[in-house]
Amino acid sequence: MSAETDVELRGVTKRFEDVVAVDGLDLTIRRGEFLSLLGPSGCGKTTTLRLIAGFEQPDEGELLIGGRDVAGLPPYKRDVNTVFQSYALFPHMTVLDNVAYGLKQRGLRGAKREQKAREALELVRLPQLAVRKPRQLSGGQQQRVALARALVMEPRVLLLDEPLGALDLKVRKELQIELKRIQSQVGITFVYVTHDQEEALAMSDRVVVMNVGRIEQLGSPREVYDAPATRFVADFIGDTNFIERDGATFAVRPERISISRNGAAGLGGEVVTAMVVGPAMQCLVRTDDGQEVLVRQQRQGLDEDDAPREGERVVLTWAEDAALPLTTYPTGGTG
Amino acid sequence: MAVEASSLSARRRRGAIRAGAGGPRYPGWLALPAVAWYALFFLAPLSIMAVFSVATRVGFTEIVYSFDLDNFRYLWDPLYGRVFLRTLGLAFFGTIATLLVGFPVAYYLARYARRRTLLLLLIVVPFWTSFLIRTYSWLIILDRDFPVFRALRSIGVLPEDLQILYTSKAVYIGVVYNYLPLMILPLYAALERMDWSLVEAAQDLGDSALRAFRRVTLPLVVPGIAAGSLLVFIPLMGEFLIPVILGGDLTVYAGNLIGQQFLTARDWPFGAAIAMVVIAAMTVLVLAYARLVGGEEQHGR
Ligand SMILES: Nc1ncnc2c1ncn2[C@@H]1O[C@H](COP(=O)(O)OP(=O)(O)OP(=O)(O)O)[C@@H](O)[C@H]1O
Ligand SMILES: [Mg+2]
Repeated sequence: MSAETDVELRGVTKRFEDVVAVDGLDLTIRRGEFLSLLGPSGCGKTTTLRLIAGFEQPDEGELLIGGRDVAGLPPYKRDVNTVFQSYALFPHMTVLDNVAYGLKQRGLRGAKREQKAREALELVRLPQLAVRKPRQLSGGQQQRVALARALVMEPRVLLLDEPLGALDLKVRKELQIELKRIQSQVGITFVYVTHDQEEALAMSDRVVVMNVGRIEQLGSPREVYDAPATRFVADFIGDTNFIERDGATFAVRPERISISRNGAAGLGGEVVTAMVVGPAMQCLVRTDDGQEVLVRQQRQGLDEDDAPREGERVVLTWAEDAALPLTTYPTGGTG
Repeated sequence: MAVEASSLSARRRRGAIRAGAGGPRYPGWLALPAVAWYALFFLAPLSIMAVFSVATRVGFTEIVYSFDLDNFRYLWDPLYGRVFLRTLGLAFFGTIATLLVGFPVAYYLARYARRRTLLLLLIVVPFWTSFLIRTYSWLIILDRDFPVFRALRSIGVLPEDLQILYTSKAVYIGVVYNYLPLMILPLYAALERMDWSLVEAAQDLGDSALRAFRRVTLPLVVPGIAAGSLLVFIPLMGEFLIPVILGGDLTVYAGNLIGQQFLTARDWPFGAAIAMVVIAAMTVLVLAYARLVGGEEQHGR
């Protein structure tokens, strides 16, 4: 990899009593990228962030930030900042004082400090709320303040732990776009924890899919979606049908399957349910050999009066490259 | 008084709710039992005291009701000034000492302890026995001939002429011991509500652990510190048993003085006058404190 490296984890392991939260993690984070850590609850995402931030110390392995081994270095001596899931805004301070908090140690005083804090608030589009207390803000606004407070420190790497997790869908979508805009504006490396795969795929340059403390796959959103490296990834990212045919198991995305009333060589079955899910038409088909297969078609361009109905016989077909044979997958290996 | 202080803050909280979301109105009659209780057992005796304090003593026990400020005039004597200052000193430094001992305990309990309920119980358990028994037992522990002291003296850890019992040292030990739970419980309550990710955020933004404590933890637990300090300070202003038992007869505090006037000298008007002055002084201090903390609380939440 020719790109400059910001953070490097080499065989990092972290245990809590008998739980291995992070298990021999190898990960290289590139300068300026938007990297997401994606995985189910308890897979070690937060622990990985806390190891990088310095709130936890690894039991094994090495951790380098900007090429420097940071073993034993406390959080305040690391060139990274964190946006906490709970925002962790100081309730006894105004928004402006919150944002200016970290600048005090930097030796910035008075007007200079205030000016930098105000610039950061402008970056997150909240300059008018500077004198409010955190409790007087909405969740989305609090999240922006937390972001400004970390960004004003101009860290090498910004760590974000499910920053949008507590917000409703509409605000979340807004802030996703906002975060992307800010990241490209400031050029800071973002390490973004989420268990929302759609969010990770939409925002990231690269996605790390984690499971029980290990990396299942590391790749671009497209690679992770189109070519899942393990059964876990295929199952976790997007919807996947695991279809058995001729003694082998194949992973097939619901939108890659075509459904017709009288196709030739396909998988025959009967429609169990057919429903409209927003822009898509979704059918659950029970095949003649007893498997359940999900099929999704775009409603645009579809003649809905002619669409398959419940109880109808249908035939399912898909292109050769849509079916990924699962026999090639090692169980729980790294990608 | 302590109960009064907490009802004060409760009123403030209700006010906040009403101002905010227009929460449910507090049905006033619920306060009736408390009001009746206070009128009967607090305000009534206080009024009697006020009447006594301006009455005149005739002969040995006779009292003539009048409006006589002589009792207060006697108090100008520097002798009583010294007693009052000594009392203030005991209450002030006793509160500080209790705070210094209690804070780390409460902090540990709230942040790190596993079996909190058990530990909290252990802190309170000694107080199921009589105050007198507990304080008298310190007579044995602090005695020069207590085996531990003797052993420590013989190996030279403690100086040969160390005398703790019947000095102010013993009084402070007794005070800290007896008042500790009153300090720890409100401190614990405040620290228990503390969001420790705030401390992590402060450290993340460049603070050392100590600076994060000073800039974040401390300001946020000021209400707890204030509550604990009030709970300790106020009864300490009237404390007289601990000095009597552990301090010998050497030092007189306001509480002793009042007790003497009522029980020994039988000069009820003068005793009442001293009590009134102490109450007035405490009221001023408490109001000043409530004001200070009230301001902080608005910052805090
Ligand atoms: N301080 C701790 N003490 C004990 N166990 C812990 C601690 N922190 C994390 N763990 C355990 O380590 C594992 C990984 O936890 P972690 O918080 O990193 O998961 P996560 O991927 O962030 O999950 P979530 O999506 O639910 O936030 C879990 O099994 C968790 O129970
Ligand atoms: Mg987490």
